[in-house]
Amino acid sequence: MDRRNFMKAAGAVAAAAAGPASIPSAAAQNGPIRIGLLAPLTGVVASGGKEMVEGFNLYWNQFGHKVAGREIEVTVEDDASNPNTALEKARRLVEQGNVQMLIGDLLANTGLAVAEYVKGNGVPYFIPIIAADDLTQRKRIPNVIRIAGYAASQMPRPLADWLYKKKGIRKVVTVSQDYTFGHEQCGGFVQTFSELGGKVLAQYWHPLNTQDFSPYLAQIQAAKPDIVYAMETGADGTRFIQQWANFGMKGKMPLCGSMNLTDQSIIRNLGSESEGILSAAHFCEGNDAPATKKFVAEYEKAYRKLPSLYGFSMYSGAMWLAKAIEGVKGNVEDRPAFLEAVRKVVLTDSPLGRPVRLDEYGEPVYDVFIREVKKRPDGKYWNVPLDVYPNVSQFWHYKPDEYMKQPPYSRTFQGIKG
Amino acid sequence: MRRSTRLAVFAATLAVLALVPFVVPGYPTTLATEMLIFATLAMSIDILSGFAGRTPLCHGAIFGVSTYVLLYYVTVANGNVWVGAALGIAAATLTAMIFALLAVRTSGVYFLLLTLALGMVVWGVCLRWTSVTGGENGIRGTVRPAWLGNARVLYYFILVVTSAMTAAMWRFVRSPFGLTLAGIRESETRMRALGYDVPLHLFLAFTVSGFFAGLAGVLYAFFNSFVSPSTVGLEQSVEGLLMALVGGVGTLFGGLVGAAIIISLENLVSAYTERWMMALGLLFIFTMIFAPSGVLGRVREALAGNGKPRT
Repeated sequence: MDRRNFMKAAGAVAAAAAGPASIPSAAAQNGPIRIGLLAPLTGVVASGGKEMVEGFNLYWNQFGHKVAGREIEVTVEDDASNPNTALEKARRLVEQGNVQMLIGDLLANTGLAVAEYVKGNGVPYFIPIIAADDLTQRKRIPNVIRIAGYAASQMPRPLADWLYKKKGIRKVVTVSQDYTFGHEQCGGFVQTFSELGGKVLAQYWHPLNTQDFSPYLAQIQAAKPDIVYAMETGADGTRFIQQWANFGMKGKMPLCGSMNLTDQSIIRNLGSESEGILSAAHFCEGNDAPATKKFVAEYEKAYRKLPSLYGFSMYSGAMWLAKAIEGVKGNVEDRPAFLEAVRKVVLTDSPLGRPVRLDEYGEPVYDVFIREVKKRPDGKYWNVPLDVYPNVSQFWHYKPDEYMKQPPYSRTFQGIKG
Repeated sequence: MRRSTRLAVFAATLAVLALVPFVVPGYPTTLATEMLIFATLAMSIDILSGFAGRTPLCHGAIFGVSTYVLLYYVTVANGNVWVGAALGIAAATLTAMIFALLAVRTSGVYFLLLTLALGMVVWGVCLRWTSVTGGENGIRGTVRPAWLGNARVLYYFILVVTSAMTAAMWRFVRSPFGLTLAGIRESETRMRALGYDVPLHLFLAFTVSGFFAGLAGVLYAFFNSFVSPSTVGLEQSVEGLLMALVGGVGTLFGGLVGAAIIISLENLVSAYTERWMMALGLLFIFTMIFAPSGVLGRVREALAGNGKPRT
């Protein structure tokens, strides 16, 4: 064979096989601190994902992109609401982008996939939004910390308690997305509710991205519960609320849900369909605590919309990171020291208006508000607090060791008593 | 192309691939590992679409079944990884056999749709059978043995396995059986008239294709340490098919070229924009308009057209 064809062939294969060249590795101590932000910018929860990026960037825009003398560089990658993609992007951020830490992700399955990856290489991974219980319980990974976040089952328990004691609810039906976050939220709710003596008539699970809820709504109507607990995030939540109203259930049957169902990212695009829905959360944008009002006003000014849970959590997450980076004087390369600093942070100026700190398992303790969607004077809908449960931890009234003896919530185990 | 030429190209390709971890270590090596795995998948699809003339949209499911079985066997059932790999490949081959039994008597667009539906059945099972497959969460766990822990070592391992598999596939499509498949692709009625049992040949081709897809699935489990329903979904099947098409359907090695192009493009373009899927779509449109026989197909046509004597 002649040389020319040989070289052509080799060249073509080499060009096709070699990807983009890697960036020279390991930045100096005084180089920028590179943070890899993973968020679902496309897919079923894209609405929440975009706000994650906005909330995170709002903090740096307000307080400057420099901490302890080093520049903060944020690289955003889309995890497409898909765990495989999240894993690929995490790999790319760490191996090609040389980030010193990862933060973000929204869906629990994406977070679990990335957590497994960082287990292997020790990169700090912060999850203000991922609420998968086990990441701060049975399957704790030392370099995965839930800063400014919450555990899925933490929030619905006060709601179940409040509904039973204050509203006399005795029979409940749950409808939820069929993945970890859904299982855990429902588990928290129904375990507390059934332990108080309530009855769980039925539980319905549907895949993410369900377009048509009519089979479930029909079954719910037939079951005749006192209230329905709907665990929905993203586009599924929007569709559920709309179809609930279209089906004629609004006004005829009370509806409550996860904080994600009544989150601004969903209700700001709806109208009166969302009015009156109850939920429980640590963040309540209609709360008149001064710190909250200030944060909401600033967010509205910057992005012309009310902040959602996603925006708020990532903002607090950025605040948390900034404090921790200051705590190690910018030396984030010393991972054990940096992670220790993160664990020790007490967020005194969070938009919640009260200090937030982590328990020994790496999970924040919060005051949880029981919220209702109401109309503002200017026509927008938001959540206002009806009641508050102080100092709710991820373990509720249970002792941590006893609680962790029971299996994690799943489709088959919901902790229903009796 | 003359035999010596072909061998020279093989040698050159292998040499280039062998040098990758030294020339571009780190992330590009990871990408190259991925390319090799998906090249095997694309080539397995090409056996069916390029050589037997039946285009399938289910190989993602077959590929993913093997990954699921291996990950489940090692992480949940605590089994040996090599036994798990064998089980995975067996499961994938069995899935291919079942699909084949149902689909070989159809052809063209009906074959496409039937295999699509069968692939979706597998996806549905993986999504809903939460107690076994983990549902939306998938199954995660590092299954590759400790000696493959280093990225470079893993790359070479996968390179060796992929090369062996490629050689096997090449022998398969160049064998008399493979030539029969080509005949079936050209004209089924003629082959039938000649007395060949067409459905049996297609069944065997589908099964063999499933075997190689299953092998790629095992390698993917080693590489990714994670599987979720998106691995068995339609997107994966489509991506595999598109790699075969862009590279050149019917050339076998088009799978490698197609995988390299698509994975490089995915990573290059998504560094600049979220809308990398659009760029990919445009690539496919241009390929279909200007090079419908794919990259390697074009190269072959160009070389065949070159009537000048070689020096």
